[in-house]
Amino acid sequence: MKILVGIKRVVDYNVRVRVLSDGSGVDTDGVKMSVNPFDEIALEEALRIRDAGNAEEVIVVSAGGDECQQQLRTGLAMGADRAIQIQVSEGLQPLSTARAFLKIIEREDPGLVILGKQAIDDDNNQTAQMLSALWDRPQATSASKLELSGTSATVTREVDAGLETIEIDLPAVISVDLRLNEPRFVKLPDIMKAKRKPLDVASLEELGVAVEGNLEIGHFAPPPQREKGIMVEDAAQLVEELKNRGLI
Amino acid sequence: MSRILIIAEHDGQSLNFSTAKCVTCAQAIGGDIDIAVFGSGIESIAAEAASLESVARVIAVDAGHLSAPIAANWANEALAIADGYSHLLGPSTTLGKDLMPRIAALLGVNQVSDIMAVNAPTSFKRPIYAGNAIVDVEAPAGATVVATVRIASWSAAAITGNGSVEVRSASSDAVTHTRYIGLESGGGERPDLQSAQRVISGGRGVGSEENFNLIYSLADKLGAGVGASRAAVDAGYVPNDMQVGQTGKIISPDLYMAFGISGAIQHVTGIKDAGTIVAVNKDSESPIFEISDIGLVGDLFNVIPELEKLLG
Repeated sequence: MKILVGIKRVVDYNVRVRVLSDGSGVDTDGVKMSVNPFDEIALEEALRIRDAGNAEEVIVVSAGGDECQQQLRTGLAMGADRAIQIQVSEGLQPLSTARAFLKIIEREDPGLVILGKQAIDDDNNQTAQMLSALWDRPQATSASKLELSGTSATVTREVDAGLETIEIDLPAVISVDLRLNEPRFVKLPDIMKAKRKPLDVASLEELGVAVEGNLEIGHFAPPPQREKGIMVEDAAQLVEELKNRGLI
Repeated sequence: MSRILIIAEHDGQSLNFSTAKCVTCAQAIGGDIDIAVFGSGIESIAAEAASLESVARVIAVDAGHLSAPIAANWANEALAIADGYSHLLGPSTTLGKDLMPRIAALLGVNQVSDIMAVNAPTSFKRPIYAGNAIVDVEAPAGATVVATVRIASWSAAAITGNGSVEVRSASSDAVTHTRYIGLESGGGERPDLQSAQRVISGGRGVGSEENFNLIYSLADKLGAGVGASRAAVDAGYVPNDMQVGQTGKIISPDLYMAFGISGAIQHVTGIKDAGTIVAVNKDSESPIFEISDIGLVGDLFNVIPELEKLLG
């Protein structure tokens, strides 16, 4: 079985993102870029499944400009066998990403597709569900535990009410949550090795995907700021302050 | 004029409060508002939905295989009745996030995730980058708007409505590729985090599962829900359904009290809509103090017992 893992290049999660003063976007100039943290977890899970002998090959796929090859190389250094860049000139919205991934699925015929549950830049949380719907295969979103048994998988999902368990037939699409695993660190020799692993490039045109139905992204604004608060000295003052504000 | 269909969330017993919040968002869009309820034995839930202010009609699709919220089954039913609606809304809860993008994909549109404000019937504000930016998004003209509603941004619609209820049978068979096994609920008898007026949260500073009893005890004294930072959940102090933040729950209580939480941006994004934020942390440099309304530098193991004593 092959496992396809989607990864996205995003502003590193430690960066405090700032909106540009003209409202045209956020400041990404000189900002550290990384693999979306949820996607690292997705890749880690795929690698563990392969290393346990339940898959033969792990393929990392990213839709982006050539700069996303950096993140694909990180994926290869983590242990993926090969990489595919879906070459696009501007960021794809989830529907187009799902359509492009579906074309890769048709080429590669994977038994499992694992994605992060959301990208920490646009926070959309859509692509896995869309891909599952378009592919007409099962979805298990926000997975925190995954057990494979032959042609099916048992997945524990983090939901608002607790932990939900479902059983799905393969092939299927899984989106992962934070507690599924702890991704490995990349070691230097692996970075060297990753340079020799195959990285194929396919344009949207080659895949036969037209970008349509985009939402128009308009003005960016910083979030409303909360007014500067006060400090109190002890529990008694805190209780008094809460009482004054009618909160207790 | 817009025709809006809201997909209701429920647990098989009663309507989830998030549905009433979707109704308020729909009122801001303006137009006819209908609600779809999918499930099994859902008459009373449908009646609850019909009692929400300005709801015209409730379509209750009743079938055994709809009792578990399997997204593929629910999406099929939503698509079967979607014709003629300009907007399909669901709550930005784990249920809505699981379901709505499927509907969007099958209708060939992108989804507007997490509506926090309505600029115009097809133009919305939503948060990105963990709430560090708010962006205007506009859906293409003529296409169905499929969206999730950020429930912390909206108040619940009043229970003053008198809509009609129409019961239908399912239009699709159950999918066979997905089987519901069950739900293990972590929460106890305390108020639901996302609808609680008061929430007490603990972070890594609480130190252990056992120490969290301090947090529970204070919460019970105040009739509060209990939340946690990701660090506390990862450390195994509390179950996942208590996590507040970018990837957990986004909450909007009147009073939020954070104990031993440093205030990472990912956590802060989950509490920005709280009325008053109280932070207690022994590190005066903690970023949580940058956004708190009332801060107290102190050891939670001293402060909480004192608070309990003072609260009587």
